[in-house]
Order: sequence, then structure tokens, then C-alpha cells
Amino acid sequence: MERLPGWLRRHLAAIRAVIVLTLVTGAVYPLAVTGIGQALFHGDANGSIVQKDGRDVGSAIVGQNFTAKDGAAVPAYFQSRPSAAGDGYDMQSTAASNLGPEDVVDVLPNPAGADKAAREGRRSLLTQVCARSREIGEREGVSGARPYCTPDGVGAVLKVFPFAGTPTRVVSVNQACPAAPFVAEYRGVKVECGRPGEDYSAGRTVPVRGEVTGVRVPADAVTASGSGLDPDISVAYAELQAPRVARERGLRPDRVQALIRQNTTGRALGFMGAPAVNVLQLNLALDKE
Amino acid sequence: MSDNTAGILFIASLVVALVLTHKPLGDHMYRVYSGVRHSAVERVVYRLLGVRPEAEQKWGVYARSLLAFSVMSLLFLYGLQRLQDKLFLSLGFPPVTGHLAWNTAVSFVTNTNWQAYSGESTMGHLVQMAGLAVQNFVSAAVGMAVAIALVRGFARKKSETIGNFWVDLVRGTLRILLPIAFAGAIVLIAGGVVQNFSAPHTVTTLTGGVQHITGGPVASQEAIKELGTNGGGFYNTNSAHPFENATSWTNWVEIFLILLIPFALPRTFGRMVGQLRQGYAIVSVMAILALAGVVLTNVFELSGDATVPQAVGAAMEGKDVRFGVSNSATFAAATTLTSTGAVNSFHDSYTPLGGMMTMFNMMLGEVAPGGVGAGLYGMLVLAVITVFVAGLMVGRTPEYVGKKIGAREIKLASMYFLVTPVLVLVGTAVAMGNRAGLAAMLNTGPHGLSEILYAFTSASNNNGSAFAGVTVNTPWYDVALGLCMIFGRFLPIIFVLALAGSLAGQAPVPESAGTLPTHRPQFVGMVVGVTVIVVALTFLPALALGPLAEGIH
Repeated sequence: MERLPGWLRRHLAAIRAVIVLTLVTGAVYPLAVTGIGQALFHGDANGSIVQKDGRDVGSAIVGQNFTAKDGAAVPAYFQSRPSAAGDGYDMQSTAASNLGPEDVVDVLPNPAGADKAAREGRRSLLTQVCARSREIGEREGVSGARPYCTPDGVGAVLKVFPFAGTPTRVVSVNQACPAAPFVAEYRGVKVECGRPGEDYSAGRTVPVRGEVTGVRVPADAVTASGSGLDPDISVAYAELQAPRVARERGLRPDRVQALIRQNTTGRALGFMGAPAVNVLQLNLALDKE
Repeated sequence: MSDNTAGILFIASLVVALVLTHKPLGDHMYRVYSGVRHSAVERVVYRLLGVRPEAEQKWGVYARSLLAFSVMSLLFLYGLQRLQDKLFLSLGFPPVTGHLAWNTAVSFVTNTNWQAYSGESTMGHLVQMAGLAVQNFVSAAVGMAVAIALVRGFARKKSETIGNFWVDLVRGTLRILLPIAFAGAIVLIAGGVVQNFSAPHTVTTLTGGVQHITGGPVASQEAIKELGTNGGGFYNTNSAHPFENATSWTNWVEIFLILLIPFALPRTFGRMVGQLRQGYAIVSVMAILALAGVVLTNVFELSGDATVPQAVGAAMEGKDVRFGVSNSATFAAATTLTSTGAVNSFHDSYTPLGGMMTMFNMMLGEVAPGGVGAGLYGMLVLAVITVFVAGLMVGRTPEYVGKKIGAREIKLASMYFLVTPVLVLVGTAVAMGNRAGLAAMLNTGPHGLSEILYAFTSASNNNGSAFAGVTVNTPWYDVALGLCMIFGRFLPIIFVLALAGSLAGQAPVPESAGTLPTHRPQFVGMVVGVTVIVVALTFLPALALGPLAEGIH
């Protein structure tokens, strides 16, 4: 070794260092952690699997869909949050939506479009929020109205032409014709419905807040989580769903409320995180009733 | 308890914990890097490496050893990914494609941990455990080694050498990172983070659907991912994934691990130069910038000031219920203020100004408190620049911790600071100017520019987080961002080591009436000012076109 030139010695040492440190930190360390973890916290280390009637049905800390084969919500179960992981709660393709806070303009589906993307269109984050809110409102028998949403459940967004100066043309850009625009007039100009395939990008984007107060559908119900696997819903969303679940199962409302409380995790040590209701655990508890 | 009170207590409890660990951990690291004795295990390691631990290195040799180690790590990690189907525990995944394997190898060797791949569908358990996790350890140890070498430059008198790279690498890994990561991993398992070698386990859900429960040695990787300010997640959704971050308290633990070493290293610096107060001054600068970053990110996210969060009623898109908005914002600030890049919520969906804060935090140059090691050496270079600026203003000879800051020193420090802005701004400009670059945007308008700007900021500063809507697993981005990561990591390191060599060779200048005191609040304020002004002047035009244009109506 000592007789070799410096640069060669250095690179040989580097190769050996990679191998030795790989053995220590890439084999001994993870195996030791696995050994201790499996011995002391067997259930946690293996994914907190929960069972029903002796059969594995999921993980206590990972959310899942409570929908039928056709994707419709099963009304006897509490519903999870929207998920951007694959078709929802897919652990092999976890994802968030990554849509921005000003993603408010849809591409309307255009049957005469040149490619698949144009034919299918694209719903903005705002429209997704509005559509979810409307759907959940209908499911729970409350108003699904929220600010910046039209009554028909899309983003209340106008495109105003020209970009600057006095408007001459105004389009409710997310409402495909023949829908009636959510406002008839904007600064004296009649509002048109959106025509699929037309390019409105030159106009100024004006989201319209509207007069909605007392929103009934909670924030977590209309947004996709970061993990795509959120096991929890807020207490407010659980309480919104409680009457429907009680009705579907023929249970007394106070019994359902008690189960919600039992499956609510408060803030750790009183101040960490936010109170959360574990949906799978709650639904399992309901199935035991 | 109200949400806001809980959020404030969460931040306060982290501050208290870091204050409590600052001294013992800083002192421990001082002993690790200054001690002359080698443990029996270390002696075996040195023999296997074929190096003499007593041999001190000049800065050039130190740098060449570091680069040799990094090149070999790069080749090893590249090879491991390309051959994963031939090895065991691959879960049946094919070899990682060439450009992605290059990008990922660079990303982990440079402590960036940018993820152009989705862990659960690309990397088998062996690559994760023996490739990615290993680099989580050693790239962090490399960062600490460089910081310690620079500190030795200040501490030594008329010395030609700045330490031995192999000793610093091995000691940092075995005596600092390994024990803390081990304890952290066990704590995380207790919270629900998984640690096994299972292939996906298929279950039938309550309503008859199918779910594939993934496994893996996650906790062991998660602990070092945070502790080494690495950030590459085992799964695609990183620390938002319940198997990586199961509860609201594991979230606290992970943020704590991220901040632990960077906030303790200034103590090590103070001990090594024999003036604890110099360490306190440095940690104060870091703490002021960090607290401002955390608080502002929280304020902007909680205000929910943008159309979609207003429609929703809170900035909940891309955030999990168990963390809530405030703790997500705190994690986002911690991960971008250090060069970690792990995420527990998705920055792309943040409010415009909240998202801007995550970018601004990185643009500070990863110094508040920055990555393990990288934060300290970045901050010391800033201190050098500050004494120079102050010296120009009042006509004093610039000195720092007893060393003269001459032409050579200031040139090296300036070159250090030019590297990342050049990479970020030129990289973004090139991306915006060609079709392959533009194609990556998920969102349009200013937000699309933010996605690209974020990507280059993150890669060049070795952070690794993303406005994740951007589609970066393309040959163009894999190569471009890979180059940004390499230059953004190793050019500054070479300049820092050269600076260390130059400082170590000097005889200390005795303190005189003309010496600017560098331990007083006045100096702390000046370093904060220099840091913020340098960043603002460099990046404000780019921020104005992206997040500011989006956020200001």
C-alpha cells in the first residue's frame, strides 16, 4: 500500500470506505433496528395491521376507500378524505394533488377535441373542491355551498376581456354551455357561459367570492391529503356524517357519537397536531355493534 | 386549546428541546473531533481502509480524499440501482433507468435527496437500505467533516494541515450519527413507523376493495433521513406517509431530529476555537433567522390567503389531518431552513406567500441552521463576509476569531457565495428557455415558474424538497438538476477547504482596539442583515415573477 502513488492509494481507500461503511450502516444498523423493533413493537413494525373476523382488512394508520365497486360512497360507513394516491388510497402510488392555490380555471371537456386530453378536459383544484362540497352536501342533506363556488358545483371564476381597462366581454369560464352563468352581469356586461375548446387564456381571471356564510362541509372533506393515505378526518367531518350513518345502520345517534369520541385521538401531550378521527377504526367499531 | 395556541406551544417545545440538547451534544461532537484516541472498532475500520489515522492532511489532500470518496459512492450507488433486479430484495422491480439512477445517485451523495422517483414503485428494499440509507449517513458525515475542517482552520496556529478526512468521516458516522439514528429509529417504530422486509401484503378492505400494504426497513432510514438533514423519503409522499410519520408526536420527533445537529454544531465551533461566546453568536444568528422563517411560514399558511384556501376555509390541500396546518407549516420551514427536503405536506399547494417562504428559506443559503455541517460552514463564511463588509464601512482590518481576512480569504468566501445563485438563476433561465424545461410544469402562469424556480433552488442548495407537481423524471431535468446538485455541493466544499487551509497557516492576530468584536449582539445583527440583504438582492426579481406575482392581487 505505502509504495503506491498517493492518488491511487486514496481511491483504493475510498472504495474500501464505501464497502465498510455500507456494511455497518447499510446492513448491521438496519438489521439491528429490525431485530429490536420486531421484538419490542411487533405490531407497529409490521404496519399496525387490523383484522375483522380473523381476516386482515387494512392498517390502523392508513386510510382506505369506503366505496362500492362503482366508486360510490357506501352510506353505512364513514367516508375518508379525497385522495390523490392512484384511484384513491393506493399504497403503491402515493401522491398529493400538488395543485396550486390559484388553480381555478378548468379546461372544459371538448367532444370535438384533437386529443384525449382535450376531449377529457381538466378540472381545476377550485372546481374539484366545489364539486366535492356539493356532492357531500347532497349526501349528508346539508348545504354544500362555499365561497368561490357556483350553485352547480364548479369554481365561480370569470374571464374578463380585455385584460385591462373597461370590460367588453365576460365569460363564466368553468360553466360549460348551456349552463346559466352564476351571475347575469359583471360591471354592466352580460356574462356568457363557457364554450368548450375556446381559448380564454388572454382574459383576466376574476374569482368571485359570492355571499356564502356558514359553510357546512368542513375543509378536510373537500381537500386531498398530503400522503394520499390520510387515516383520519376532522371531528367536524365525522359529526357531519354521523346522522347518515346512524340512520343507515338503525343505531341511536348518541351511540354513534360515543363511537366517534372513542376513535378520536386528541393532540399528543395536549398540543401536538390536531384532533383526528380514525375512519377505519371507527367503521370497524360500527361493524361490531 | 385553540389551534393557534397549540401551534405556538409546538414551536416553543422544539426551541426548549434544542436549547437543552445544544450543550451536551455540542460538547460530545467537540470530543469526537478533537479526541486523539481511536476505539477498537475504529482501528479495525482504518486497517480495512488502509489509512493511517494519525496522518494529518493538507487541505488539498483532504479535499481530494473527500472527492475520491464521493466519486466512489456515486459509482457504487449508480451500480446498485442499475443492477437491483440481479440482487436480492428487489421486490421484482426492474433496473432503475440510466438518467434516473444518475440523478438519484448524485442526489443522495450530495446530501440533497431530491426525489425524481417514487420510492414504493421504483426502489427495492436493498437499494433503499444498502444504497440510499448509507448515503444518508456518509453524506451527512462528509458535511460535518468539512465544517470541522474549517473550524480547525480558525483554531490552529501556523498549521499546514486541517485534519484527516478518513478519521472525520468514520468518527462522525460511528460516534455521532449512528447512535442517535439508532435511538431515533426505535422511538419512531414505537410510534407506528414500519420496520420489516416484507413485500406488499394484499388485503381486502371493509367494502371489498383491494389494498397492498407496503413494507420495508423504513424506521431505520427515516431516523437518519431527518438526523442527517437528507430528506429522501422511503415512499413517494415522504414524511406525510403514515408509515414514515405515523402520529402528531412522531412529527415532533422528526422535526427535532432535523434541527438537532445543525443547532448543536456552533457549540462545537465555540469549544474548538476556545471561545464559547463565538459559538453563541453564530447560534443566535441561526436562531433569529430560523424563528423568523418558522413564524412567517405559519402566519402565511394559517391566513390561507389565496382563492382555493379561501374557498376551502383553510390551506388543507396537501396536508394531513393529524398534523393540521400549523405543524405542517413548521415542518415545511424546518425542512427548508436546513437542507433536509423531507416534507410532511406538499409545498406546491401552499398559499403563494407560504410557498415563497419555503423557497426563501432555501435561498438564505441553507445556513439557518442549514444542513449538518453545511449550515455551520455556510454561516462561518457569512461571518467572514460580514467582518469584511463591516471593515470596509468603519475602516478596520477585517479579522475573525483571531485570523486576518485578507484578499485570498475574501475571494474564496465570495466565490463560495456566487455558486448557488448562479446555478439557480441560470438553471431556471435555461429551463424557461427551452421546450424540455417548460414541459415539466403542472400548474400554469406564475405558479408554473415557481415550480421550476423551486426545483433549481432546491437542487443547487442541496435541499431536495420540491413543488412536487413538476415532472422532473425526464432526461433533461435528471441531467440538469444532477449537475446543479454536484456543483452546488462540491464547489462550495472546495472553496471552504481552501479557506480552511489558508486560515490554518496563519499566525493568530492578537486582539487590539481595532478588532471588531464578533460575539456581541451588534455583530449578530450585522450577520443577519448581510444574509437577508444578499439573498434579497439576488433573488427578489425571480421571486417577484413567481410567488409574489401570484400572491399579491
